[in-house]
Amino acid sequence: MTRKRRRLYIALSGLLCIASAAALILTAFEDNLVFFYSPSDVQAKGLPEGRTARIGGLVQEGSVEHLDGNRVEFVVTDGAHDLSVVYQGALPDLFREGQGVVAEGQAGDNGVFQAREVLARHDENYMPAEVADALKESGEWRPESGEGPREAEGQ
Amino acid sequence: MTRATSTSRPTASAGSWHRFANPGRFLRISGHVYPWSLGLALLCLGVGLVWSLGLAPADYQQGDSVRIMYVHVPAAWMALFAYSLLAAAGASLLIWRHPLGGVAATAIAPVGAAFTFLALATGSLWGKPMWGTWWVWDARLTSVLILLFLYLGHMALTHAFENAERGRKAAAVLALAGVVNLPIIKFSVDWWNTLHQPASVTRIGTPAIHEAMLWPLLVMAGGFMFFFFAVVLLRMRAALAAQRAEALDRRIMLGR
Repeated sequence: MTRKRRRLYIALSGLLCIASAAALILTAFEDNLVFFYSPSDVQAKGLPEGRTARIGGLVQEGSVEHLDGNRVEFVVTDGAHDLSVVYQGALPDLFREGQGVVAEGQAGDNGVFQAREVLARHDENYMPAEVADALKESGEWRPESGEGPREAEGQ
Repeated sequence: MTRATSTSRPTASAGSWHRFANPGRFLRISGHVYPWSLGLALLCLGVGLVWSLGLAPADYQQGDSVRIMYVHVPAAWMALFAYSLLAAAGASLLIWRHPLGGVAATAIAPVGAAFTFLALATGSLWGKPMWGTWWVWDARLTSVLILLFLYLGHMALTHAFENAERGRKAAAVLALAGVVNLPIIKFSVDWWNTLHQPASVTRIGTPAIHEAMLWPLLVMAGGFMFFFFAVVLLRMRAALAAQRAEALDRRIMLGR
């Protein structure tokens, strides 16, 4: 074996070791690496009692209700399951019905998620306003057609 | 053109594709490539900036904030691309002892770091009005921040040793180890729930970005790419010239 060949094998096996270590670590910490839980995750595993967590999904169409005192209540859905959220404060500009949202807070006693912070989550679709209007007019507008944000697929 | 004598120490076996690792030949070829890269960079960036910042349509959700994307996305692509080249240069130095590998890696690292910083900064500027926050610790943002630290670590290690060759080799080891971060960055948005949106252009099937926005984005990406090559070639040529000047100095000192 030439020295070059040997150095190549050493480098490759080193890379393989690092890659396996990284894969093991990332798999082991998977639950902590997600930025938010979908309503289906919450349904399956529940939320940690008394600890801050983030939940995310799409704001269900027609679910946003503005209560008195700057409070707002809405439903986060991932298609399979829903979760009610109540929040007091200013909402980001991109907060809309049918759009992605991430809420940070705690589970309340009545099953309603008490959010302390609400972030809008933008999906991967980019288009001019005229195109969006034309699509809506022609009935070709399908935000829930599976082309939408990933959390709509459920976990 | 004269050869850079100081760096063209004979390699153990001059295989056929080692010829590009010869500094003299590199200087000759890069002398032709550099002005073209610079010209194309200026052309693409000029056209791309007017197109993306002025002519391209506003987004149906984001309004004019979408224009940040025309700088953010090419910068992020280049951050990943530059790191792949950095690792390849490091491998060529460590495994095949190519004399140009270390020169290339030293030239690439600060440029890649600048692209990474630009991607993080523009992303933050976009995140505040769109998400409602400058920064979150989600998988995509965190892994790109680690990429910035890898670049900075590479730059620090390169200059951390008395012996320049040892510094370049230590940095090359770091560059190779950091390669594992590249797929993590790319697929973080698919593997985990992140606040950052998934890929629009490189996803399977049709891009999720309208043509009127895709084309200016691609022109900007081309401009970033040519700019990167122009800067890296210039930095490599400057490093080789400095090595040569140093070698000449040494020869004069000895001759005395």
